[in-house]
Amino acid sequence: MQAIAQLEDFRQETRAWLEANCPASMRTPMVDAEVVWGGRKATFVNPESKVWLERMADKGWTTPTWPKEYGGGGLSKEESIILSQEMARINARPPLNSFGISMLGPVLLESGTHEQKMEHIPKIVRGEIRWCQGYSEPGSGSDLASLNTKAVLDGDEYVINGSKVWTSYADKADWIFCLVRTDSEVPKHAGISFILFDMDAPGVTTKPIKLISGMSPFCETFFDNARAKATNLVGGLNNGWAIAKRLLQHERTMISGFGLAGSQGDRGGTTSTMDSVERAAMYYRGDTDKISDPGLRDEIAQFKIDSAAFALTSQRSIEESKQGQGPNATSSMLKNYGCELNKRRYELLLSSLGSQALGWEGEGFANDEIAVTREWLRSKANSIEGGTSEVQLNVIAKRVLGLPDMLSLVQK
Amino acid sequence: MSLVLSEDQQLLKDSAKAFVDQNAPVSVLRGLRDSKDALGYDQNLWRQMLELGWAGMAIPEAYGGFEFGYGGLGVVLEESGRTLLSSPLIATVLLGASAINELGSETQKSELLPKVVSGELLLALAIDEKPHHRPNRIETSAVKAGDGYVLNGCKTFVLDGHIANKLVVVARTSGAIDDESGISLFLIDANTDGVSINRSWMVDSRNSAMLSLNDVKIGGDALLGAEGNAYPGLTRVLDIGRIGVAAEMLGSMQQAFDITLDYLKQREQFGVLIGSFQGLQHRAAEMYSEIELCKSAVRAALSALDDAEKTDAKIAELASIAKAKLSEVATLVSNEAVQMHGGIGMTDEYDIGFYMKRARVASAFLGDALFHRDRYASLNGF
Repeated sequence: MQAIAQLEDFRQETRAWLEANCPASMRTPMVDAEVVWGGRKATFVNPESKVWLERMADKGWTTPTWPKEYGGGGLSKEESIILSQEMARINARPPLNSFGISMLGPVLLESGTHEQKMEHIPKIVRGEIRWCQGYSEPGSGSDLASLNTKAVLDGDEYVINGSKVWTSYADKADWIFCLVRTDSEVPKHAGISFILFDMDAPGVTTKPIKLISGMSPFCETFFDNARAKATNLVGGLNNGWAIAKRLLQHERTMISGFGLAGSQGDRGGTTSTMDSVERAAMYYRGDTDKISDPGLRDEIAQFKIDSAAFALTSQRSIEESKQGQGPNATSSMLKNYGCELNKRRYELLLSSLGSQALGWEGEGFANDEIAVTREWLRSKANSIEGGTSEVQLNVIAKRVLGLPDMLSLVQK
Repeated sequence: MSLVLSEDQQLLKDSAKAFVDQNAPVSVLRGLRDSKDALGYDQNLWRQMLELGWAGMAIPEAYGGFEFGYGGLGVVLEESGRTLLSSPLIATVLLGASAINELGSETQKSELLPKVVSGELLLALAIDEKPHHRPNRIETSAVKAGDGYVLNGCKTFVLDGHIANKLVVVARTSGAIDDESGISLFLIDANTDGVSINRSWMVDSRNSAMLSLNDVKIGGDALLGAEGNAYPGLTRVLDIGRIGVAAEMLGSMQQAFDITLDYLKQREQFGVLIGSFQGLQHRAAEMYSEIELCKSAVRAALSALDDAEKTDAKIAELASIAKAKLSEVATLVSNEAVQMHGGIGMTDEYDIGFYMKRARVASAFLGDALFHRDRYASLNGF
């Protein structure tokens, strides 16, 4: 723990710096089109987003707790909490969103070599390279370790052949962190490596997948003799599964954040009726003092109570991990519950909006109504991506509750 | 607001656990039930609990207490819930003493609270009149007569009613049956003429009573709080009670879950441990998640009670979150516990049934999940 006085100084300095450096439009609620993902193909709809990113990146505050050596902010936990509080105070937008920050960076810092960190971390911090995740394959979903994409050493490079699926934003990404099979003769978990390579390399192609929501956030990705430098294999040959699992914990922690939407919707500053399920229910039912359908009212109350208890649990989990253990097995529980809550939220919004939530496009439906319909469909993936809810429950049963693992018996 | 226990609270929790494990296993409650014990709690155990200072945990030092806060009382209740310990902790300490502390005059507080700490005084709160908890629906009347009042009415589900020396009675001094205004609280000696108390034998083997008041004459000094205007204070007392009972329920549900988990790791069928079946694993994992949410809800509500900056409205909201969630999950966990035990879970010889019975009574006490969801919705304007 740092001295209180020292932290108070940091707060004052941070407050002053943010006041001076956060552009006015970066203190307004985020709109989807202006989210900054960075990368070589980055576009800035709002030029102030670029200014904000550069100023924050110069201080390393896009990744406040990462080491200074690699371009991070070098802040202590306490200081980074103060930074986020001070950003919240002026409603500052996050300067940069990326899988590099939420997924790859933390494992690279834990398991990468000094050279790997020097090459990749600063570009993540500055948003110069946009990363995508090559995990699932057409035949390897929940049973991820059965993956088949092969990497064969040829000189100082690996030659990669195979295909990935559900690669988020692969068509917009610059580099990929990818699970590949480097040994087919050993048990499936023991022959996997974790490797990084450029998506512009010859032999890499991507194809967007159209989803039930009409959107295409995911791609199929094909590797036809694509080449990766052997020095970009992370964590050692055939040790990729340990890295993959660690990264999944970080990913689950990120996805569980979706469940917080239910309790955050009612905080000040929100503009849309859709942000609050109960307001939407009253508005579309024409109710004034309370929701006139007692069944819907009870369900919404239960949802709100669960959302509040979930938010408290996320907060408790942060307080408990303050000693720096990072995400642990409870991240599976938070991911699972958060996803289910988000799905419940959209089911309740659908009930609340009635037929106004059943439009696809065109006249008769407002943009935010169509958005509810599309997001309701999108939310169904929450309990599939990053490990299905069923897989999360398996993980809780085995790792947290210590129940015997039937699957491992079967596989032996 | 902190959601993790302080070092002092953790020490208290550990020592409470050690005490409860060693001295108050479920067999104590079973013994009280089987012998139809006249008191319904173990006096010797209660004396030891008094010596440990549990009765004075949340009472200010000025009135002989230890000012350790509701956070302290909460961890004691949680641990006592683990073995279904039956004691005056809830009726006397959590509800009765809080009523005096929140609504009482200086004289009432300095006279009565030290007696709670020492164990000389047992209390009971008489509020419910019908099978459902509806705190503003009060028919029991208190009519002014000279300097005092005359009370008439009936109360039910009065926890510890038959052992209390003094009753805290919720009565109406004016207004219509559902009005919040016109509600007053009175402190009545249990042996006053016209007070009749009948013990009810409850499914959870804990204490409860029916109370009837027939022309009970009391002095003006029996009034607790302002005449006709006690509802806001009463609401705070009820919220303290709801949060404390939620803490007790948290202990009980964790123990029921732990017992069940052990069983899943011991019982073999089809040549394997039944805990290896996915059909049971997923349900266990879901219960674990729900219990984690319960723990957060209880910690947040307890810590709000000890935070002077938290408004009554915020406490009301957290109390309803906690009691709604705990009541719902206590039902889930205790039902699943019996189901996962199979036939043995249906036997009286096995303890798990005690947990299911207690879960139902505690869920209904001071408002069940439906009551608190309705209240939460009203508090939030929908």
